[in-house]
Amino acid sequence: MRKAPAEALAAPLSGGRPAPATAPLLELSAGELRRGGATVWRDLSFAIWPGELVAVLGPNGAGKSTLLEAVLGFLPLASGALSVFGQPLGGLGGRELRALRRRIGYLPQRRSFDARLRLRAADLVALGIEGSRLGLPVPAVRGLRFGPFGRAQRRRLKVRDLLAEVEALPLANRPVGELSGGEQQRVLIAQALAQDPLLLLLDEPLNGLDLPSQTAVSRLVGRLCKERGIAALLVTHDINPLQDLVDRVIYLAGGRGAIGAVEEVIRSELLSELYGFPIEVIRTAGGRLVVLGGPERIAYHHDHR
Amino acid sequence: MVALPALADPFSQPFMVHALLAAALIALCAGPIGWFVVARREAFAAHTLSVMAFPGGAVAAALGLPLAAGYYLLCLVAGAVLSALRGRLGRLRWLQESALVGTVQAVALAVGFLVLALYGGVLEDLEALLFGSPFGVSGGDLALLVGLAVVVLGFLAAFGRPLLLTTIEPKLATAAGVPAGALEGAFIALLGLVVAATAQVSGALLVFSLLVAPAAAAQRLTASLPRSFGLAVLLGFAIGSFALLLSYWTNLPPGFLLSTVALAAYLLANGAALLQGSFGKEVAGVRP
Amino acid sequence: MFGHEAVVNALIAGLPLGLGGGLLGYFAVLRGEVFAADALSHVAFTGAVLASALAIDLRLGLFLATLAAALMLALLGRGPLVDDAAIGIGLAAILGLGVLALHLVATGALGGEGDAAAATLFGSLFTLSRGEAELAGGVGGGAALLVCLLFRPLLFASLQGELARARGLPTGPLRVAALLLLGGVVAAGTQALGALLVLGLIAASGGTAHRLARSPYLAALLAAALAAVAVFAGIAASYVLSPLPPASAVVLLLALPQLVTVFL
Repeated sequence: MRKAPAEALAAPLSGGRPAPATAPLLELSAGELRRGGATVWRDLSFAIWPGELVAVLGPNGAGKSTLLEAVLGFLPLASGALSVFGQPLGGLGGRELRALRRRIGYLPQRRSFDARLRLRAADLVALGIEGSRLGLPVPAVRGLRFGPFGRAQRRRLKVRDLLAEVEALPLANRPVGELSGGEQQRVLIAQALAQDPLLLLLDEPLNGLDLPSQTAVSRLVGRLCKERGIAALLVTHDINPLQDLVDRVIYLAGGRGAIGAVEEVIRSELLSELYGFPIEVIRTAGGRLVVLGGPERIAYHHDHR
Repeated sequence: MVALPALADPFSQPFMVHALLAAALIALCAGPIGWFVVARREAFAAHTLSVMAFPGGAVAAALGLPLAAGYYLLCLVAGAVLSALRGRLGRLRWLQESALVGTVQAVALAVGFLVLALYGGVLEDLEALLFGSPFGVSGGDLALLVGLAVVVLGFLAAFGRPLLLTTIEPKLATAAGVPAGALEGAFIALLGLVVAATAQVSGALLVFSLLVAPAAAAQRLTASLPRSFGLAVLLGFAIGSFALLLSYWTNLPPGFLLSTVALAAYLLANGAALLQGSFGKEVAGVRP
Repeated sequence: MFGHEAVVNALIAGLPLGLGGGLLGYFAVLRGEVFAADALSHVAFTGAVLASALAIDLRLGLFLATLAAALMLALLGRGPLVDDAAIGIGLAAILGLGVLALHLVATGALGGEGDAAAATLFGSLFTLSRGEAELAGGVGGGAALLVCLLFRPLLFASLQGELARARGLPTGPLRVAALLLLGGVVAAGTQALGALLVLGLIAASGGTAHRLARSPYLAALLAAALAAVAVFAGIAASYVLSPLPPASAVVLLLALPQLVTVFL
């Protein structure tokens, strides 16, 4: 791996935004992560602030999902410092780590549900609210509000509110397996919002969705970030559906990473530095970004695969 | 089981020769069919068919037929039932299928028990049926096995490729016009017959040792299709004959030796694959 | 009918087992552990055979063997190494041990008996002693209660394992608990229905419930109810129609709704 010029990559590009006065939700300094003896990425530094939607891009195997797992504390850094919500991850004990994770909304890479699985969208979201509670849930009965019934009513209302927030309220009683890909993603996002997270980590939520759904889901996440004042890291392969919605982009390739606005990062010079061989970025007449490059595995940014 | 001096030449004993021939013929059938069982993840269905020995034997005893006949017959019937019921489950059936197979198995056994209770008898050869009687293989049994081998190999020669396609790429196969339902039905029927045959040597409860273990081991050792088929047959015969010879020399029950040798072979194959690194690649290479 | 000691004992054992079996059956179908349940029932048989061959209390061998196997399955996890084929091969090897034990008993090398084997295969619902019935019923009922207690975390972990883990749920211990509970019910059920038929308890009602109910909670409730009703009706039917063995009656009644729903 060629050593890239330090100035170009080591310092995160500011992307034209003035640094806000609030503390960053997520901060990584000179992070290095190794897996199976090999370095996945190193010298990675960035900070994420509330309200930001940040896309994580890069070719297969670049370590995008790994980055999310590191933020969740499932993978330790080989070197560097990672702090989440102002707390350095390294020194946290088990309980504190679990408490931290509860404030992070996570959407792992989607596995589709069996169409006949008797699980309604509302049930899925309810699991997000109380999936770790022991005992059987009391059903919400109209008119009864004391004790556990009150809790059940509040749960029911919260489920409705969450589904409404992701514009999926009509789907509440539909079996999850019968929903389209985009609809399932909305419900999963609602589930992730159930614990009022400060940070959303979405691992390839747009995979397999048609273009309108990709745009709709991206737009939803962007809106949630602004309205709730949270941040979201969204791993994806194709920047195009999100181009106008993301605030910044983290591009991982060749063991290095760069962060900044779309125009700053997805450029021929910078990507060539990252990958270590010539990459050409073309903007089509329609405004789409196409990345073309050398013999190794690279990502093709076109609108439909 | 007959007790013999440990050093006498096994090959001079007709029952031993018959047993080894049976093992060879069964390996020929069970190897390729078992390969498909592993590839199609139908281990549970195969086990269900194998325990049809009990109701098959019970029904046969009640009707005055030889036990093996009842077994073969019921295996075919159970195969047909499974096939028909799965067809009813529809396209997305992974959740329901195992529940259905389990139910069919329990029902068949319950009926067998009921028949036994009604018939008022005791199945004398129950242990042999359940745990194998390789040393009781007759010339007639061998002839039957030869016939079965011909049918199995003929079927695979004719329909092996479409079946493979349906197994690996079901949508592609349907698009190419492969009659998946009919093929799968025929496969299950054949599986029933092979299971019943295998059980002659291994016993109904231990069919996995000769049906699944050789194929599973072969698939771990090589990714090449023709090689893994051939290896499945060879391993099946190796496991079978080794266990039978051990049984001859030590006087320990063949069923026990068979299942233990099969497990050992499977573990060794996995170990070899792990060392080779090919296993690791297969496991890790999926997620980007 | 209720005057007979045998029937009362059968109900004491059977009804809680129905509830526990139904609930665990719901989860077993959801988690793809039906074949594992089958394997565990065969291990139960081998445990009983080994115990009686070694002249130890049969129930001890039954439970120990089944729970040990369940623990091993849980620890091995699920993956390319531990698929159904592997479980089957391991199962055959364990049964082979049982064969060895029977052989050693027959040749006099071991002091125990080999007769217990047959009873374990098909159960002894009407010949249970009060103590045996209470043990079986206790295990079944206890398992049912534990499943109710752990219902939501178990459901969450079964449906969305990675997410549950990220949420802080102890998915590893939950998996162990689920399989141990399954093993316990299978072992206890083996006494009532026999090793060969206890699979029906797990597979049938779970399968039906998944097809019929709207939500997971209703499905689990339905599975438990169907199973308990089938047990009761089976015992009653067997009592009335005397050559009908109780285990057969129960299993046939358990299977009936499942087969009916498949044709709907």
